[in-house]
Amino acid sequence: MIRLSRLHKSYITGSNRLHVLKGIDLFIDSGELVSVVGSSGSGKSTLLNVIGILDSYDDGEYYLGNNLIQGLTEKRSAWYRNQMIGFVFQSFNLISFKNAMENVALPLYYQNIPRKKRNRIALEYLEKMGLLDWAEHLPSELSGGQKQRVAIARALVTNPKIILADEPTGALDTQTSYEVMSLFKEINEEGITVIIVTHEKDISERTKRIIHLTDGIIEKEYTTKLKVNYV
Amino acid sequence: MFERERWREVIHVLSKNKLRTFMTAFGILWGIFMLMIMLGASTGLSNGMKRNLGDFAVNSCFIWAQQTTMPYKGFKKGRHYNFELKDMDMLGKKIPEIEYLSPRMNRGNMPISRDKKTGGFNIFGDFPEFNNIDPMTIVKGRFLNHKDIQDRRKVVVIGERANEVLFEQDEDALGKYIKVNDVYFQVVGIFRSKHTGGWGNYQNQSVIMPLTTLQKTFNEGNTVHWFSITAKRGTSAKYIETKAISLLKAAHYVHPDDEMAVGHQNVEEEFKKFNGLFMGVNIVVWIVGLGTLFAGIIGVSNIMLVVVRERTQEFGIQRAVGATPWKIIGQLIMESVFLTVIAGYIGLFFGIGLVELVDMIISGQHIEAFYNPEVSLEIAFKALAVLVVAGTLAGIIPAKRAVSMKPIDAIRSEYK
Ligand SMILES: Nc1ncnc2c1ncn2[C@@H]1O[C@H](COP(=O)(O)OP(=O)(O)O)[C@@H](O)[C@H]1O
Ligand SMILES: [Mg+2]
Repeated sequence: MIRLSRLHKSYITGSNRLHVLKGIDLFIDSGELVSVVGSSGSGKSTLLNVIGILDSYDDGEYYLGNNLIQGLTEKRSAWYRNQMIGFVFQSFNLISFKNAMENVALPLYYQNIPRKKRNRIALEYLEKMGLLDWAEHLPSELSGGQKQRVAIARALVTNPKIILADEPTGALDTQTSYEVMSLFKEINEEGITVIIVTHEKDISERTKRIIHLTDGIIEKEYTTKLKVNYV
Repeated sequence: MFERERWREVIHVLSKNKLRTFMTAFGILWGIFMLMIMLGASTGLSNGMKRNLGDFAVNSCFIWAQQTTMPYKGFKKGRHYNFELKDMDMLGKKIPEIEYLSPRMNRGNMPISRDKKTGGFNIFGDFPEFNNIDPMTIVKGRFLNHKDIQDRRKVVVIGERANEVLFEQDEDALGKYIKVNDVYFQVVGIFRSKHTGGWGNYQNQSVIMPLTTLQKTFNEGNTVHWFSITAKRGTSAKYIETKAISLLKAAHYVHPDDEMAVGHQNVEEEFKKFNGLFMGVNIVVWIVGLGTLFAGIIGVSNIMLVVVRERTQEFGIQRAVGATPWKIIGQLIMESVFLTVIAGYIGLFFGIGLVELVDMIISGQHIEAFYNPEVSLEIAFKALAVLVVAGTLAGIIPAKRAVSMKPIDAIRSEYK
């Protein structure tokens, strides 16, 4: 599903050049539930953004499926983000003046799906998240956990291949965090690849594979004892 | 484009900061408002001038005899001579491009009476053709005809003002007699001038009789004071004028180079100057108006830049879920065009409204220099088209900026 080889990325600020990803080799198969851990500043978010085509990389190769993601037009990138990838952010990133349903329906808008149909689909996903009663509410009227579930519904609404989540539980209390994590697990069980960036140990332990990033390099990785139901 | 959500977004964004939106809109509103006012005023002035001219044939000229200033063919210089009625036939034959040719005489102000009512009025001798060159409104009866000319009938057509002075209000002047210099003339028609102001007053105080009658009654021999000539379509008055002058000079033994011997005036030339003036006024109006409008557009563009800065994160999120740059650019341009057109429309509405109001107020009054100010629908629509284009241009730069950064940088931008 995702294949990175010798991937490098630097940030240039003024005259300084900060080498953040220093040759990442990584393969993530479809249907995996992976977490990326590491200390703050180790390059986790950068890696996730590159995978999500929200950011570019300098050197190496990145294949998404069979497609080399390199030098794409903005239009093409937008298409990949829309069709293949769902994003979940730490700060939810909902659009403040759209209600929950409209937020969830937004990706479908960019697929030119008529309003009635996309709202209907959005409501289905909100229902799955147990938020049907909150469909007409603005983000400011929702709790953190509810916001994150709206964001997850939005990420899922286009039926993507991959869900990318950057510290999805970072702004939530422990109880809510665990609820969100079990949501991800359910999503994963439906066959969607899920990659979660986190620096919380108990969160990463709720994934099947942990990738440990240190200073822009994959230092180690291991599978967890998480029970996987292969029925 | 007509998606409800898109519009809701437009409304939301513009109503979020109402004062700012209003101030921006006001720039556009004011620009269009001023443009409409100025255009209305300039057509008002132009119409006022045109009305003063009445229905006067624009392609016409006048020619009259003056004193010679050069000796020629045995005649000394300083000779007085007159045009005559037979010159008329000669000109008509030799210049086929003439449409109307009318000789004219002016006996100046003369006392006219009827019973105990008296007054001084301008006496003119005319041919029927005069009513084609400087048409007047025949209020009652008729204008002169060729039978009047042939038979030297003692008939007159009197101006409206003359009618008021010489007859009772409820009296029908037609068929009645008035006395000019002890000679009785029958009134066959009453006319009203189409000119405004002094010119109109002067005409309304005139009494017109057949030229031949005037010549006979007042012992003027065969004299004609001046000729009014109109050119046929496609011929310039200047051409007719030049040709007629040289023919008249030859007929009266005047040196061909004696410029002072023949007086002339050309309405066409005057009209051209007048048109040129208004063209100039119009150009200035458009430059000033569009300049004001342009300032408004810069304002919109600036505001859109601020809006883009504030919404950078939102655009980043939209792009993360699949918005193409053009979707975002389109949205911003729509907002910009919406703001511009709404504001412009209001400006248009008030501008044209004020122009129409002024038109209504002054239409009952006799203001010579200003008449029927208006803004044509065509211009209004053109202005709206300009606004749409302007709104688009005002939106493009900010929109381009909005999508120029990487989505992740947009999402992370902290501006709130
Ligand atoms: N847009 C940027 N410009 C410059 N430096 C950046 C930018 N984004 C991240 N960095 C730097 O790159 C390093 C890695 O950042 P990041 O990938 O966010 O780490 P993590 O998510 O693991 O905390 C950090 O030192 C951070 O300061
Ligand atoms: Mg991070």
